[in-house]
Amino acid sequence: MAPGSVVGEMTSVWSQIEPILGRVTKPARYIGCEDGAQSPLHSPGLAAWLLLYPDAYEIGLPNQGLQILYEILNEREDAIAERSYAPWVDMEAEMRARRIPLFSVESHTPAGEFDLLAFNLSAELVYTNVLNCIDLAGVPVRATERGPEHPLVVAGGHCTFNPEPLADFVDLFVIGDGEEPVGPISEAVAAWKAAGRTPGSRQRLLRDLASQPGVYVPSMYDVEYDGQRLVAVTPKYPNVPEKVEKRTIADLGAWPYPRRQLVPMTEVVHDRLNVEIFRGCTRGCRFCQAGMITRPVRERPAEQVRQMVSDGLARTGYDEVSLTSLSSADFSGIESVVSGIIDDPTCAGQVGVSLPSLRVDAFTVGIASEIQKVRRTGLTFAPEGGTWRMRQVINKLIREEDLYGAVESAFSQGWRRVKLYFLTGLPTETDEDTLGIAELARNCVSVGRQHGKGASVTASVGGFVPKPQTPFQWFGQDTPAELMRKVNLLRDATRKDRGVQMRWHDPKASLAEGIASRGDRRIGAVIEEVWRRGGTFQEWSEHFDLNLWTEAMASHGLSPDWYVHRHRTEDEVLPWAHISAGLHDDFLWQEWLDALAAAGTPDCRWTPCYDCGACTGYGIEHVVASPTPPAGGSQGTGQDLAAGGRRGLALAGAVPVTFGKRPEGDR
Amino acid sequence: MKVRVRFAKLGKIRWTSHRDVARMWERAFRREQLPLAYSEGFSPRPKVSFGLALPTGHESLAEYLDLELAAGTSQIDLEASSGRNSLAARLSAALPVGVDVLAIAPLETPSPSLQEDVSSCTWRLAAVPGDGCAAVASEEMAVRAAGLLAAPRAMVARSRKGVEVIDDVRPGIINLRVIGAVGADPAEGVWLEAELGTRPRGLRPSELLGALGPDLAEAHVRRLHQWISRDGARWEPLGLDVTTAATDAPHALERAS
Repeated sequence: MAPGSVVGEMTSVWSQIEPILGRVTKPARYIGCEDGAQSPLHSPGLAAWLLLYPDAYEIGLPNQGLQILYEILNEREDAIAERSYAPWVDMEAEMRARRIPLFSVESHTPAGEFDLLAFNLSAELVYTNVLNCIDLAGVPVRATERGPEHPLVVAGGHCTFNPEPLADFVDLFVIGDGEEPVGPISEAVAAWKAAGRTPGSRQRLLRDLASQPGVYVPSMYDVEYDGQRLVAVTPKYPNVPEKVEKRTIADLGAWPYPRRQLVPMTEVVHDRLNVEIFRGCTRGCRFCQAGMITRPVRERPAEQVRQMVSDGLARTGYDEVSLTSLSSADFSGIESVVSGIIDDPTCAGQVGVSLPSLRVDAFTVGIASEIQKVRRTGLTFAPEGGTWRMRQVINKLIREEDLYGAVESAFSQGWRRVKLYFLTGLPTETDEDTLGIAELARNCVSVGRQHGKGASVTASVGGFVPKPQTPFQWFGQDTPAELMRKVNLLRDATRKDRGVQMRWHDPKASLAEGIASRGDRRIGAVIEEVWRRGGTFQEWSEHFDLNLWTEAMASHGLSPDWYVHRHRTEDEVLPWAHISAGLHDDFLWQEWLDALAAAGTPDCRWTPCYDCGACTGYGIEHVVASPTPPAGGSQGTGQDLAAGGRRGLALAGAVPVTFGKRPEGDR
Repeated sequence: MKVRVRFAKLGKIRWTSHRDVARMWERAFRREQLPLAYSEGFSPRPKVSFGLALPTGHESLAEYLDLELAAGTSQIDLEASSGRNSLAARLSAALPVGVDVLAIAPLETPSPSLQEDVSSCTWRLAAVPGDGCAAVASEEMAVRAAGLLAAPRAMVARSRKGVEVIDDVRPGIINLRVIGAVGADPAEGVWLEAELGTRPRGLRPSELLGALGPDLAEAHVRRLHQWISRDGARWEPLGLDVTTAATDAPHALERAS
């Protein structure tokens, strides 16, 4: 490697990068320069973290989890943090040709000079990019081949609730909320660094860290198989926990981060102010990993939300704020928070508010119309299942009248396009359930046509991938062929419907995601082979290649049927059994049985606790300002669910339906 | 009131695109709560218009934008604009490092848009050896430049919307000077300064190099001036000497990286 210019303790490779930026697409990905970026001084006494998002800059930059830790670490006395992202394929080729290592975007310091390479894992298909980034850093991809001169490879984020597929490559995982555990890790690593990273010290450090709450060090565990069957994952040493419990911050109000959200100088996704209004969700959708692993609900105090919004808008110059959470209309007093932002004189009526993950009901659309006075382009709902029975199975208890009420409300208030998200390949799904998607979409168009000829509905269909730590973790995923058959059913059913557009995700990608989601440690070799054969950026359809995955499975004697398409049994040891999101095993199993029986479970925020384990196990509670569910709240709160499957009379006829007055008693 | 702004784009930030720069300005205007006039209609937009696009990766000391302030905002005193609280200084502070306001002045109305008005730009660039090519000494470069200026035509392959076409670029080369070697090592290239036309289609510095030889590549490209020509006279949309000595950021004139 050609020597770079030396700044303080560290090296900068900027002078090597600059001449190649003219040859690559979107060079602004590599310059840093964000408003809010920090330039911390490296020093021998400080644990130097490189926070990595293993996807393209424009996807990774907005990630709030990474930005929260970036600030918390840089506020600490014993740590500093910089950031890096996966270089796009053209940049990677230029870097490899010139032996330029992966670098931080702030000071362009080589990744290998940091003490920790900490990855955010938000999606499984980025796993091959993780290996690529480690390799570009000049660090051996396998943890066992690393020495004292190499940084620790760390990973956090939702995917770590099954860490096993990456267990061979990651030195330590942080399970759950990262705000608190990064403290003790920084302390231990700063001490390790100050002591000179002597031979053998890496193992001692990892062993110490393995006893930290929320930390999982895979090399401290033995894995035993009986043929294909996983028998046990057990600690090698007495102070290493048998089960690693996730970390949960009790009070979101104590963590008002990010205080200085990064404002990128080039286009990224979610390019707006983001303020997290609550963490966790107890709606209890059984397919949803985020809703299971982030319990309980912890709302941010409304006053703090207002302050973060107003400070953030003034500082960044953004004209849009997103109030983020897993179901933002559920925030206690959401209307007054929203109207407070809209009516704030300093915002001069120019600020847009967006609420991701809208609940499906007319009340929610009312809030949406309040906040989107100007640009009413599209509104998105996620009924997920095509029939009431299907939605009972997945516990997304949206009645058809709620959906039609929401759609009616949207079209009557000026929206012209509604997008509906669905899953296919759900447990117990029949063709009737699948075709219910087409019928719902068609009926929504009929509702919209009352308000304008241009009304259109986009139905976006994704192939369901069962996730660890959810009630569906035992379910055998549909094959790509079966998913494609269902997609084709829907395409045929909607072909003649003007106004209904079908969109679907590539069912082949669902298979690769399934392999990485519920795999055990043996899948690590598959991920490595896919990476070695050039399979990076598998999240991107232009780079995704299922053959790489199936061939790698075959070459290691592993069967997609066994890993992905097979129903699992209650007595089976799941690869993630030693990682706990706090949920009792019998809670998840009972939810699975209830799913098969199409029986719903209410939201425990406003109904008695059914003891899933997330609160009781950790001695924490919901932090929810309102003791009652939101007015008009759908999904099993204060509603007669027995009537959920009833179709409106006018909607039962042949399609396309054009009807005038809604029948009495339909609402 | 319409206002014309001249600004620099130097250092790492030059790797952002023309659209990126537009967004930086929109955020800066909102941060400074500048009372911009808005367009009417369904989706009101601030009345800001940018001049000629600067290719991503090129620096500039002569970027321009015109903006319109909301009616009745004469309290923004552009004249009293020296010092830390001047509008120029406030905007520079709200813009990223490397993007600095050099001058601000009220615009006589009506005046043509920047894109209509500007007919040429002066560029400074280094001609460096292309991949695998031998270095060209400055004496040799001077010979090639003289030859190019003397030639009636200069046919160069250029890409137009992804399609390669052969164009005569000679009419677009208004002036060309060889300044001298960049450094002791000939591989560092030769400094050139060129005035290139913007009509009917802007001539890029890389296309000028195409006319000087297939063995050259561009480096350190910086736009120094944009020119308006009319009736035999030539002037800048906003000169650095005629207004408000608008920057208290002298570093803006240096390469920021």
